[in-house]
Parts: sequence; structure tokens; C-alpha cells
Amino acid sequence: MPPVLDARSLRKSFGAITAVADVSFTVDPGELVGLLGPNGAGKSTTVGMIAGIVAPDAGEVRINGQALQGDTDPAKAAIGLVPQDLALFDELPARENLRFFGSLYGLTGAKLDATIASGLEFVGLADRAADKVKTFSGGMKRRLNLAAGLLHDPQLVLLDEPTVGIDPQSRNAIFDNLEALRSRGKSIVYTTHYMEEAERLCDRIVIVDHGKVIANDTVRGLYGLLPASRRLSVELRGEAQADKGLADATRALPAVASAEIADGVLTVALDDLAAGAPGVLSLLQQRGIAYDHVVSERGDLETVFLALTGRTLRD
Amino acid sequence: MGFQAWRAMVRKDLLLFFTDRRAVIMSFAAPIAIASFFGFIFSGSQNTEKARVPIRVVDQDGSVISKAIVQGLSADKTLEVSGGTVEESREAVRRGKTTVAIVVPAGFGDAAGQAFFGGAAKPQLELLYDPSHGTELAMVRGILTEHVMQAVSAEMFGGDQGRRLTQQSLEQLKSPGAMADGDRRALAEMLGAVNRWYERDQASPAPGASPALRGGLAMPYAVHEEAITVRTGVPYNGFAHSFAGMGVQFLLFACIDLGIGMLLERQQGLWKRLRAAPLSRGLLLAGKGTSGALIALMSLGATFAFGMAVFRIRIEGSGIAFVAVCVATAVMASSFGLLIAALGKTPQATRGVAILAVLLMVMLGGAWVPSFVFPAWLQKVTLVVPARWAVDGLDATTWRGASLVATLPTIGVLLAFASLFGALAVARFRWEE
Repeated sequence: MPPVLDARSLRKSFGAITAVADVSFTVDPGELVGLLGPNGAGKSTTVGMIAGIVAPDAGEVRINGQALQGDTDPAKAAIGLVPQDLALFDELPARENLRFFGSLYGLTGAKLDATIASGLEFVGLADRAADKVKTFSGGMKRRLNLAAGLLHDPQLVLLDEPTVGIDPQSRNAIFDNLEALRSRGKSIVYTTHYMEEAERLCDRIVIVDHGKVIANDTVRGLYGLLPASRRLSVELRGEAQADKGLADATRALPAVASAEIADGVLTVALDDLAAGAPGVLSLLQQRGIAYDHVVSERGDLETVFLALTGRTLRD
Repeated sequence: MGFQAWRAMVRKDLLLFFTDRRAVIMSFAAPIAIASFFGFIFSGSQNTEKARVPIRVVDQDGSVISKAIVQGLSADKTLEVSGGTVEESREAVRRGKTTVAIVVPAGFGDAAGQAFFGGAAKPQLELLYDPSHGTELAMVRGILTEHVMQAVSAEMFGGDQGRRLTQQSLEQLKSPGAMADGDRRALAEMLGAVNRWYERDQASPAPGASPALRGGLAMPYAVHEEAITVRTGVPYNGFAHSFAGMGVQFLLFACIDLGIGMLLERQQGLWKRLRAAPLSRGLLLAGKGTSGALIALMSLGATFAFGMAVFRIRIEGSGIAFVAVCVATAVMASSFGLLIAALGKTPQATRGVAILAVLLMVMLGGAWVPSFVFPAWLQKVTLVVPARWAVDGLDATTWRGASLVATLPTIGVLLAFASLFGALAVARFRWEE
């Protein structure tokens, strides 16, 4: 069975600017794949090429094994796009918005009415069906934006930064919607620059930077790319910060991958917290170094991105 | 799916249009209000009394001739005559209260009488005029000529001043002067005959005397004026032109909104959603173009319906031709809207340029004043302006009474403009952002 989406060596330039240099990845049925990268990494252009609204300079997009060809390719009906912009008509009621977008895919009559009703129900806006979109909050608009992309029951849903600028409650509502879609067997591509969202939702994450895929794996697999999976931070007292040999001594301990002191905090990367942390604390005791606060953290996608590119996601 | 989507696009645009109160007012109420105003101003409404031209006459002469001139001007229905001093008159003209002031200098009557037969120097009448009223100046000059000639000739052929001047002239001819002998003899014979006429008139007055001559030189012709319209008895209705002009202007404005609306939709990401559907680009533009044409047609239809109901505008020509011109105009305007969307970058920047383009187009197209008042060269130049064809087509099918066959070239040109704009829009539309 071919993947629902197979993006192969996509490339797109706008004038002298190369937005996407080389992007390839697949999405299997029922899989939620995150497209993670900083702003300007090429995520939206990649989504545009998959949706058939941006023509790639090179490469191809295959939907269920068939190459997407032209504006009128019926295979586009298998794709539901939820753009980053709130692509809605503010002056029309929610129901009329959905009626219009459903009609673009050939839905009519009772089937269209039923689809609209279930779509509004799905995103929790059934009671606001007759209200104009301009009266909605940002979060409600985001949810309606999602519903508009799902009306024609697409097999592949493309979500481009669907949680930008909304409150936590609406964000959680959208997460619930996405999990419900996945449980129905929908394949989802979810672009974001919020690593927490990607970590929480995605089965697999494709990290994009400067228009290229730099990693493509499960969350666990991505953590495996880190030099250490845990981090121990010790906030040192004033006089201890002058101990020049502390960082070197810490690095010499077993299970320690790296250690450095910055802004009065000793940060130690550990492969195994249980094996390494006692040694670090013993060393501090041996050297008579006082400290105020100790925190252990797991590695995150931010750390992964940092390890892969030398930059943070928000640079 | 294509027809379904096309219908949905048209329906959605009409819904959006009718929920936008500003757009509805601009497309329906504004053209009616402004066309009505222009109609009243320019139509020469049959029942409205025409405004008189305000002039002042300063009579410094006080002679029989000058008084007759003032009397003649005062009786003229096209003038509103008042008096005053030279300074008062000059100030009134400067302030725009008076269009022309005529100063009749002292001695004008005598000098004009002497100059009447060509011998003496011509006296001057001073005309003080408002330079912003050139047309009225020409009119006043013509009326003044008529009344001066009438007053001077009447006096010269029958009045006391005329007799005195004739005898004075006869005396002057007895002494040799600049005039050649032959001319002097001929003039003396003519003045002698005039003098004998005076004596005869005095001996047996009234019965048989020529009233025309007693009244002075009159216009030697009468004019029968007939406005040539579609049929005898069908008066010209100037509202027909003003409603055509304003109808075209505001449907073009409506189509600016179409173009700007498309740019706004692009800015809001709506075109991404439209393009993601399995629909052709041609269909997407056709949907927009159709809704734009329908809105334009409704605007034009409502404007003319009001004009027909209230100002009795009638389609004196072919009704089918009128509808065809309206449809062709609406299609042309709609494709112009698509072109705006294709060439524009941001809605804000595009709106100003588009409004300027439409204003130029309707001005040169004769929507404000009929194109036949333009200089000949400009009339030729404006043939490249689509609004000119639209206004002319509507004029032709309403008060000029043109047939369908006679209107076909106009309809063809409008559709050609629509095709040109549409092709350019398709070629230049930015599908990728």
C-alpha cells in the first residue's frame, strides 16, 4: 500500500530566493507527521506544493501513489488544506462560509447540509452557525478554519500553523480535533514552529531548515540524535562561580557527556540521569561548593534542533 | 463539479455584496442621486425657467440712442439688466456678481450716428467681463450688437437726432475732405434722399410708413428651431444622458470593488483555499467575473429603472439593443475589475490608482458631459476609452432611438474591450504568492 503522501525532492525558488531546496518525506495512513522548523524554513511553501497551489520547480507530489498533476486533478479532492491565514469570509455566517467551501468540492443539497452540521459540531460551533464570522473570537475562527478544510472528508489534511495566536483553551480544542481525526484514520501534516505541539501530537517529525530536511524520525528517534538525553542544571552560589576547574572536573566524571558554567549555572549533559547525577553532586560536596537549586530536564526538540543546526528554533 | 463551484462563487459574491451596505449605496443610490443632479443641471428641463445672465449697463451718454439700447437690453429675456456707476460695475464683475458690464460713454449716440454711414470714427463701447464666463460674454456681445444696430438705425432713419445728424453730415460733405469726389457725391445723394424721407414723413405721418424702418434695422430673418430626436413630438430628455453617464461611472466603481475584493481575499489566504480545490484557474476567474458582471448589470438596471420611473427616460430605440449594450457594458466593467486584481499588488495601493483610472475613463468617455462637446481631436482620441462606447451605446438606444443593427458595432467594441481586459487579467494574474 503506497503512502497517502509521498513528497519527492521538492524544490521551489521565488526569484533569487530558494524557499525549498530539497524536501522529501512520506505520510502513511492514519499518521500525524509534524513539519517543524523556524519561520522562513520553507514549511508553508512545502505545504503549498503538496496542496497543489504552488508549482514545484523540481520534484513531485504523489497522493496514494499517483503524481499530482495540474489544477483540476481529482486527486486534489483527497487533500484538505487548512491555511495559516484565517481564510474565511468575515461578513458571512459560519454556515454560509462552510456552504461555499463545501460547494467547491461538488457537495450539494442534503449531503452538504449534513456535512456542514457535522463539521460545525466537530469544532464545537454548532450553536454559532448563523452568526457572522466577524463576531467570532480568534480561537473560534481557527476552529472554523479547520472545519472548512475538512468538509469534503479528505484523506490527507494539511494544517499550516493552525494554532497561531489563539488562547490555550482553543488550542486544546484543536488538539482534540486532530486526535479525533487521527483516530478516524486521517493522515495529517502539521506544520508548526512550536516544539511542544509537535512533541505532544506527532507520530513522526520532519525537521526542516533552510528549505532542507535535516531530520525525519519519531520523537524518541530524534532524541537519540542528542549527545545526551538528560540535562542537570545546578545554580551555584557566588564564590563557587570562581572555581575554574569545576567544569573540567565534572566532564571527567562517568556518564557525563558535557559540562559548562554560564551565568552562575553549571549545566551538565548526561546519558543516564541515575548514573551521572550522584557523581556530580558528590563532586560539588568534595570541592566544598555550595548551591541553591538543582533541576534535571529531559532533552527536547529545541535541544535537538540546536544540536543539529547550532541555532535555536526561534533564532 | 465545475458548474457547482462556479454557481457557489457567484452566490457567495452576491451575498457578500448585499451584506455590504456601503457597496450597495455606492452601486444603487449614488448613481441615481448624482445622475438626477446632473440631469437637472444639463438637461434643460422643459419646465424649468432658464437662468438669466446678470449684466450691468452704465449709460453715461443719456442720448435717445443710448436709452434705446438700455431699453432693448432690459427687454431681452436672456439678460438680467441692472445699472450703477462704472466703479460699482467693475467691482460687481470682479466679485462674480455680474458677468458683463457695458459702459456707454458720453457722446456715444452722436458718434455712432455719424459713424453709421461710414464717414466718422467709430465710438467705443466698453465691456468689462468675468473671464470665467467666456460663453456668456459671446452671447452678450451678440445681443448688444443687435440692440445697438436697432437703436442707431431707428434713430438715423426717423428720429430727431438722426435728422440733425443727417443734415450735419450733408453740410460736412459740401466741403472737400478725405473722401473721393465720386464717393462724396454718392453719399450726398443718399443722405439727400434720407432727408427727403424725413420731410415726407413729417408732412404725412403714420399711414403707409414702414414700421420696420421706424423700429430701426431688425434681424432680416426669423428662425424656426426643431430638436431632432427619434420621432416628431418626442422631446429630448437630458436625463437619459446623465443616467447613462453616471450609470457607467458607478458600475465601474463597483468593479473596482470587485478587483480590490479579490486582492483582499488573496491577502486573507482565501485564494489558497480556492486554489486547493480541483478547479481550473479559468473557472475561478470566470466565477469572479460573472458575479462582477451581475452586480454591474444590477447597478445599471436599477439606475435606469429609476430614471425611467421618475424622469421618464424612454428606450426610443431597440429594447434588445439596450439590454445588449447594458450586458456588454457590465461584462466590460467586470473584466476591468479582474484586470485591477491582476495588476494590483496591495488593496490599499491599488484602490487609489483604480479610482483615478475610472475617473479619467468616465471623464474622457463623456459620462460627465457629452463627448460631442469635446474638441474634434479629443473625440477621436476617446474612441480608445471603453466608457465612451458604453455611454454612446446607452445614448443611442435611449433618446437617439438606434436600432439593434445600428448598435451592433458598439456592442462589438465593448465585448472586444472585455476580451482584451480578460485576456490581460488571465495572463497577469499572480496565482502563486
